[in-house]
Amino acid sequence: MGPWGLQRGGGRRGPARPPAEKAAEILMRLPKKGSVLKKRLVKLVVNFLFYFRTDEAEPIGALLLEHCRIAKEEENVFSISFIEEPERKYCFECDSEEQCREWIEALKRASYEFMRRSLIFYRNEIQKMTGKDPLEQFGISEEARFQLGTRKPESPGLG
Amino acid sequence: MQLFTLLVPAVLVSDSFSATFRPTRDGARHSEALEALGKQAAHPRKTAQDCGLTHTVGGAMKLNERSVAHYATCDSPTDHAGFLRKRVERHHHHTHHHHATSYQRRWFVLKGNLLFYFEERESREPMGLVVLEGCTVELCEAAEEFAFAIRFDDAGARAYVLVADGQAAMEAWVKAISRASFDYMRVVVRELEKQLEEACKSLAACRNSPRRSSSSGRKRHLSNPALQPLQEKPTILENGYSTWGSGGSVPGGTTCPDRDGGHVKPPPLPPRRRSAAGSTAVSPAMPESPVSPDTACFSKLHSWYGQEIVVLRREWQERQKRGHP
Repeated sequence: MGPWGLQRGGGRRGPARPPAEKAAEILMRLPKKGSVLKKRLVKLVVNFLFYFRTDEAEPIGALLLEHCRIAKEEENVFSISFIEEPERKYCFECDSEEQCREWIEALKRASYEFMRRSLIFYRNEIQKMTGKDPLEQFGISEEARFQLGTRKPESPGLG
Repeated sequence: MQLFTLLVPAVLVSDSFSATFRPTRDGARHSEALEALGKQAAHPRKTAQDCGLTHTVGGAMKLNERSVAHYATCDSPTDHAGFLRKRVERHHHHTHHHHATSYQRRWFVLKGNLLFYFEERESREPMGLVVLEGCTVELCEAAEEFAFAIRFDDAGARAYVLVADGQAAMEAWVKAISRASFDYMRVVVRELEKQLEEACKSLAACRNSPRRSSSSGRKRHLSNPALQPLQEKPTILENGYSTWGSGGSVPGGTTCPDRDGGHVKPPPLPPRRRSAAGSTAVSPAMPESPVSPDTACFSKLHSWYGQEIVVLRREWQERQKRGHP
């Protein structure tokens, strides 16, 4: 069993608090008409992007990063939009191209769906190369979510 | 679309960065308040776009609610689903008074680290969402038979008490929820990434047998099993190949797939997600894989292999001309 085995007392504990993967002060604009760029503290935690006013401790908003599209816009700028409303973009202006690139990479990988696909990919590759199912050691090889071909037929554009 | 309840554990938002700012109010109250006020929020949406839940700080914590609801109801893989009875939580100052606990039957859907619940199975939008990071799942059969609770680290955050239909259902839910976190997935993915890298390295050894490397119609000149002389020319081959154990045969147990399936190095990055524009590039090597690999990386690997084969062939042919030593 992996690291999250059964604890004494019967409770199954999940992992301890996950730290923010990434945080920075970035100019952000909401997809609202007339919206302007505002400086926000932006925090990526698991598959959520929280944003705060820079001097506040509680977020003003959150974006769930599933089925979204991360795109490079103009210089230093990237956008997040969601597949059912691709024209509504949350825009982020970074300090540099490098920062922009880093955030795009991080956000593209920040979804649970992305990790699921990676897992299936690696599992398949390892199985082809070694003949063994690497998930057996975790005791999760039968779980539906890890099977190849688990996805139902997708509508176009689902990522 | 109506507002729905959202429980985002404070663990997600308050971490070391809080130190930079003014002392926060109790993080525990934050997540509980989010939820409680979400329920009360019967007022119409403020804007057509970002609708949100109000919480005690004042103002609204927005959420891309429409997208979340879309994700909850779309065809993406559901990790578990079923009816559960959910304990109705009274406003906390009522808990001092004795009152009957009541439960309401809801349709629950688990997708990744998100537990959605719907009023009815056919509801088009969820009523609520529990983000399952850093939670504990415990049995609490004292309350009801087949009951379990989802608790969070925040002392003040409410627990979700859920009741399944039977023993099997309860066990299935407890298992599913306890493995649902993003962090858990990440651990597994990283472990597999490592294993793939190690498998590739040992493949690099047996890959030196050209018999394994030919595919897609290349002639199999090199299937001569007695190819020990090949080991003497390491220069262009990938580092780390080992000598044959028994005259050219592949070390036991390791299958060496044909060229399309193996790589010396795993792709440097996990495969990129498909863009929403609907590009459906899938490597021909993995027709069933939903992943679309970084094609630039794969074509580089393929051409590298092509060069390797060409050189091997040439050297073998030269050796043939000279007569085998």
